[in-house]
Amino acid sequence: MALVDHLPVLPVVVPLISAPACVLLPKGRLPWLFATLVSWATFALAATLLGVVMQEGVITYYLGGWSAPLGIVYRIDLATAIVMALVSGMAAVVFPYARASVLKEVGRDQTPAFYGAFLICLTGLIGVVATGDAFNVFVFLEISSLSTYALVAMGARQDRRALTAAFTYLVLGTIGATFFVIGLGLLYQMTGTLNMLDLHAKLAGQDNKVVRAAFAFIVTGLGLKLAMFPLHRWLPNAYTYAPSAVTAFLASTATKVAVYAMLRFLFTIVGFSAPFTEVALGLFLVLGLAGMFVASLIAVFRDDVKQMLAFSSVAQIGYMLLGISFATEAGVAAALTHVVNHALMKASLFLAVGCVYYAIGSHRLSDYRGIGRTMPFTAACFIIGGLSLIGVPLTAGFVSKFVLIEAALGATLAVPSLLIVLLIVASSLLAVAYIGRVAYEMFLADPPAGAPAVQGRAVPLGMLIPMAVVTALNVYVGVDGEGLVALCTEAAQGLLALSFGGGAF
Amino acid sequence: MGMGHVILRVTIKLLFAPIVLFAFYVQFHGDYGPGGGFQAGVILAVAFVLYALGFGLEETKRAIPPRFLTFGMAFGVMIYVGTGFLTLFLGGNFLDYNVLDPDSHHNAGQHLGILMVEFGVGMAVASTMLQIFYLFAGREAEPSDDAW
Repeated sequence: MALVDHLPVLPVVVPLISAPACVLLPKGRLPWLFATLVSWATFALAATLLGVVMQEGVITYYLGGWSAPLGIVYRIDLATAIVMALVSGMAAVVFPYARASVLKEVGRDQTPAFYGAFLICLTGLIGVVATGDAFNVFVFLEISSLSTYALVAMGARQDRRALTAAFTYLVLGTIGATFFVIGLGLLYQMTGTLNMLDLHAKLAGQDNKVVRAAFAFIVTGLGLKLAMFPLHRWLPNAYTYAPSAVTAFLASTATKVAVYAMLRFLFTIVGFSAPFTEVALGLFLVLGLAGMFVASLIAVFRDDVKQMLAFSSVAQIGYMLLGISFATEAGVAAALTHVVNHALMKASLFLAVGCVYYAIGSHRLSDYRGIGRTMPFTAACFIIGGLSLIGVPLTAGFVSKFVLIEAALGATLAVPSLLIVLLIVASSLLAVAYIGRVAYEMFLADPPAGAPAVQGRAVPLGMLIPMAVVTALNVYVGVDGEGLVALCTEAAQGLLALSFGGGAF
Repeated sequence: MGMGHVILRVTIKLLFAPIVLFAFYVQFHGDYGPGGGFQAGVILAVAFVLYALGFGLEETKRAIPPRFLTFGMAFGVMIYVGTGFLTLFLGGNFLDYNVLDPDSHHNAGQHLGILMVEFGVGMAVASTMLQIFYLFAGREAEPSDDAW
């Protein structure tokens, strides 16, 4: 067995077989150690895969040896490999971080179950990205979602509201999945195939009520999963009450994977020949812009830092949808770049919030007063992540915004490009407002008179190092973002090339 | 244990073995006919749920402890994915059952592979169904720590 031949499937199945093994391990440190090693191995596999795809182009893997379009195919192109490396990379950063954080927030007794569910979630997210089979996307989406519901609910030991948050997420997530699978069923009825490229070939030129309904169902279903404004209701509470490590991982991966699935569906399966693609793109433009503003505005007035960042996530998804809605190479490239960069910035912000929670046991904004003095390193990481979120030069966020604005200027749209650019910049100002509120509390606000400075628990290095690594990556991409943008542009070319037909399975 | 539910209990005792037998029939029929691990797992779990309804939860938990179910859930999945890894090590693609018996002219590898996978599915499903029943019937506010 040559390892390289099976690279497309290994990042999916290695965490899959490790998850049940993790559940059987004794409570305590061992499940964490095992899961961390698995996440590193997965990242190594995904990174190698990215390298191979960059050199050799698209790789196709036939599961069970059944050839396409009958069998299930894993089709790895550049966009796939980038998102796969991103998801497993985030896991490789968050898993080491999780040890102390989870011991405090979830407790020692549930560690095997926690890391088991975490690995299953990783499997599902990577699976969604890897597969070239439309129904397989649904299966993996549910694998990741079901484990996510459990992971969010594990925050209940800190705050019982995690249970209602998880239940809301469960109901809405299931509605999204149901819509998605209804749409797939309709497509299958019309074409008799589930292979993405085969679907594309057979859908070409078809325009009838069934296909339109299928399209609407799938876009709405995926829209729920990726928290497209105004379908984002589940996200803020789920992120707020989940354990810190879970929030950091989900915020940087789960919605991004749904965005990827949307890209695949729009461009690989349906493509531009269908007249209704335009409708969806127009919708994305409006909803993306609305989300950027409304969600950012809500974030400004939140008194809970985690919830503030969660609303900011909804707003940031608006930027990705905006990029997709341009339907140009530069636009899709900007969306992909922002997928990567937003993962980096939100990871560093949520990891910092987790460190603060570990030290003082709260993520309320009022409790952040004076953190800049007591926890200077964590506060600095938060600020760098925040600057990146705003889009200050020399951070990853700037690269995203720059590419997005460039794409907006190059696109021909119903709305004047200049207006869109102004709106992008204006919404960044809202980010200044909410990050500024936290920064003010951390550094400038006077501690309450007479009260001694709260000296929290010392945060272990195991949490500080992953946070520092992600923060450093934010700066690195900001300084040297050329490579990432070039890679994403090439990936976008690959994605869009498929939407005009062609592409052999 | 009084004589209160004697008719129910005798009926359950009579039904128990046929239900389990039927579960295995569905299980091992799953390679080429309708059936398979999921259905079989549910039927197998039903036998024990029925037993618990007639004889009490504690009695059933003595027969099949929750820890054992956790093991069954995890091990079932491992059998499934393990079959995939076995085919990898034998030189095929993931879940390519043909390499399990490459010389067969009757697709024996396919039969064998699907039976192995379905066995894992059956084990995982039966354990999960019963575990869910235990947790709901037990009505503890929090899952007890040894449930994991």
